[in-house]
Amino acid sequence: MTNTEVLIKELVEKHGRTRNALMPVLQGVVACEKFLSEAAMIAVARELDLSAADVYGTASFYTFLDTKPRGKNIVRVCKTISCHMQGKEEIIKAIENHLKVKVGETSHDNKFTLLTANCLGWCHKGPVMLINDEVFPSITPEKAIAIIEEFSKKSN
Amino acid sequence: MVNLKINNTPVQVEEGTTILDAAKQLNFRIPTLCNHPDLSVAGNCRVCVVEVKGARLLAASCATPVSEGMEVNTNSEKVRIARKHVLELLLSEHNADCTKCFKNGHCELQQLASEYRYGDHIFIDLVKTGDKVLDISSPSITKDASKCIRCQRCVRTCTELQAVSALAVVHKGDHQTISTFLGKPLNDVVCTNCGQCINRCPTGALYERNYIEDVWHAIYDPNKFVVVETAPATRVALGEDLGIETGQRVTGKMVSALRKMGFNKVLDTDFTADLTILEEGTELLTRLKKALVDKDETVKLPMMTSCSPGWVKFQEHMFPELLDNLSSCKSPQQMFGALAKTYYADKINIKAENMVVVSIMPCTAKKFECNRSEMRDSGFKDVDYVLTTRELAMMIKQAGIEFDKLEDESYDSILGESTGAAVIFGTTGGVMEAALRTAYEIITGVEVPFTNLNIKPVRGMEGVKEASIKIKNTKPEWSFLEGVELNVAVAHGLANAKQLMEAVNSGKTNYHFIEVMGCPGGCIGGGGQPIPTSAEIRKRRAEAIYAEDMGKAVRKSHENPEVAEVYKEYLTHPLGHKSHELLHTHYKARKRY
Repeated sequence: MTNTEVLIKELVEKHGRTRNALMPVLQGVVACEKFLSEAAMIAVARELDLSAADVYGTASFYTFLDTKPRGKNIVRVCKTISCHMQGKEEIIKAIENHLKVKVGETSHDNKFTLLTANCLGWCHKGPVMLINDEVFPSITPEKAIAIIEEFSKKSN
Repeated sequence: MVNLKINNTPVQVEEGTTILDAAKQLNFRIPTLCNHPDLSVAGNCRVCVVEVKGARLLAASCATPVSEGMEVNTNSEKVRIARKHVLELLLSEHNADCTKCFKNGHCELQQLASEYRYGDHIFIDLVKTGDKVLDISSPSITKDASKCIRCQRCVRTCTELQAVSALAVVHKGDHQTISTFLGKPLNDVVCTNCGQCINRCPTGALYERNYIEDVWHAIYDPNKFVVVETAPATRVALGEDLGIETGQRVTGKMVSALRKMGFNKVLDTDFTADLTILEEGTELLTRLKKALVDKDETVKLPMMTSCSPGWVKFQEHMFPELLDNLSSCKSPQQMFGALAKTYYADKINIKAENMVVVSIMPCTAKKFECNRSEMRDSGFKDVDYVLTTRELAMMIKQAGIEFDKLEDESYDSILGESTGAAVIFGTTGGVMEAALRTAYEIITGVEVPFTNLNIKPVRGMEGVKEASIKIKNTKPEWSFLEGVELNVAVAHGLANAKQLMEAVNSGKTNYHFIEVMGCPGGCIGGGGQPIPTSAEIRKRRAEAIYAEDMGKAVRKSHENPEVAEVYKEYLTHPLGHKSHELLHTHYKARKRY
């Protein structure tokens, strides 16, 4: 069994084999592996007796259940209107330049994937950036890069 | 009971009735697209909206139950404007190249558009483009996302009726599409090619891969000898696409039309259905003997039928551990092809390489089946082209044949004679009944103990049927079966099959023989049959099948004189060397995604 299959077996033991378990199992896989690989979705489908297309349907519905390979840290910059008006474009450009990636891409050292997100609910303190589960409100391009550098050091 | 008014007309209906069904009782037709009588309610297309007095919003009539004192208007100004916008929105993402579309004339969206006669498009064009829109990977089913209106009938069909879920709703909002796992080609995923999605798709987003031009080409080729075989269930449904009432048998007219179209020989898959019974029946008895007398633990029981290619592929994907339970018999279609290009070609002095075998099937999975690499035991592709009942109807129209005015004609011989037992292969329970009629008589020397040979317990539309027959007064060579209770089960539709297979895997069942047909109702409800389909339509086709059986002079496969002749001249005996070579096959496990 691959590591992914072992992980999924453990998650299924914990959450059960009903369809209700699908979301927590998928979230559990993403928490460990950052994304849902083809093999992971097939394994989840088998464990829960669902079709793989069904699992993919659910995964593709949720932005935070990625189906593409991601780096160790996922940086999400809010792209909706309040953050846009407060300069999210500058933030994105700064991060793109710093990490040498475009939105949607993963840095060469596999430490960061840069994405945008829909409203994170911090409109009063935009622009806002999310790294993994941590929120960073009222950021500037400089602050954003400093924060990313800290994460970079932690990921060594 | 609930009292309400629809368009000012009072009506009383049962509690729980939808507004849509209540309106039907008053002969008010409300248009629908996502709604289908075989499927759960979705309420997503919104064309069935109606105005309910006192309600702020329009209600989807397919998804709204009636309530006491309700006043409904199905054609108010508000309703008409909303419906117009809904239709136009649907059309804004629909590639309306109707004249080129295979569903032209059979499209529910086109029908609605023609009723409502809307002019200019007022919404921006959102038709999908790009190289991923058209999926022609499957030899059975073509999927065209540019025609899809996302009503999800196909998804519900694949999940609710077939328990396959090869198709799912993926992504969301304006990115939402109907997709396979990770958008893989249909031919690479768990799809069984049953075509039930096609039967329910209201547009041309799903349709059969058609071989009409290839078949015309073969017919016109003077160097080709084109043989056609017709499946049991085609003769009770073809008429529906040619202006004849549902449930009418058109066997003789179909033969006549095929001859007029230019096929060199018109033969019958029913012949090989009878042959299947002899091979499969003998296989069952051999397995029983090995299990009961020789105590051979490698023998797999229950034995399961293998004539439905959708069901076979389902097993290959979903229950590979049960593949040895499948009968090794090829389907009647493939037995026919293998015999046609060997025994028959020799007999009529035609070179097999010049013979083209075309089969008319109620089925789309048969198109996949004839392309399986195992299906070349004659040294050639045993069956060259498979046409659905629908494709045949189109060809008959193209040929300018006035179908309803045709005189009845009979099949050519040899490979054209069949019994009532073969005809009932076309409906759920039919293979089981045919097998029992023959097996029981082989074992005991007397007919099955059912009035008029009609084995009622295996008939009907219940999802899973069970029956037991006590074997008494066996012939000496079958004495090991004396007193044995032969337990059989029948399932139709793959959701029912899945349930049955899970029961088998649980070890709690004691069946000897299981029949499964992949489609609801069996082949009469096949994915290649005329559209629309419903429980009522399938019931009437099944009744026609049983009427055809009753009308046959011979109703037991082992009494088919042509089958006896083929054994005498060529095959020698069931499960013999030639049979193994030509009429039997093997299966392979496939990935489940």
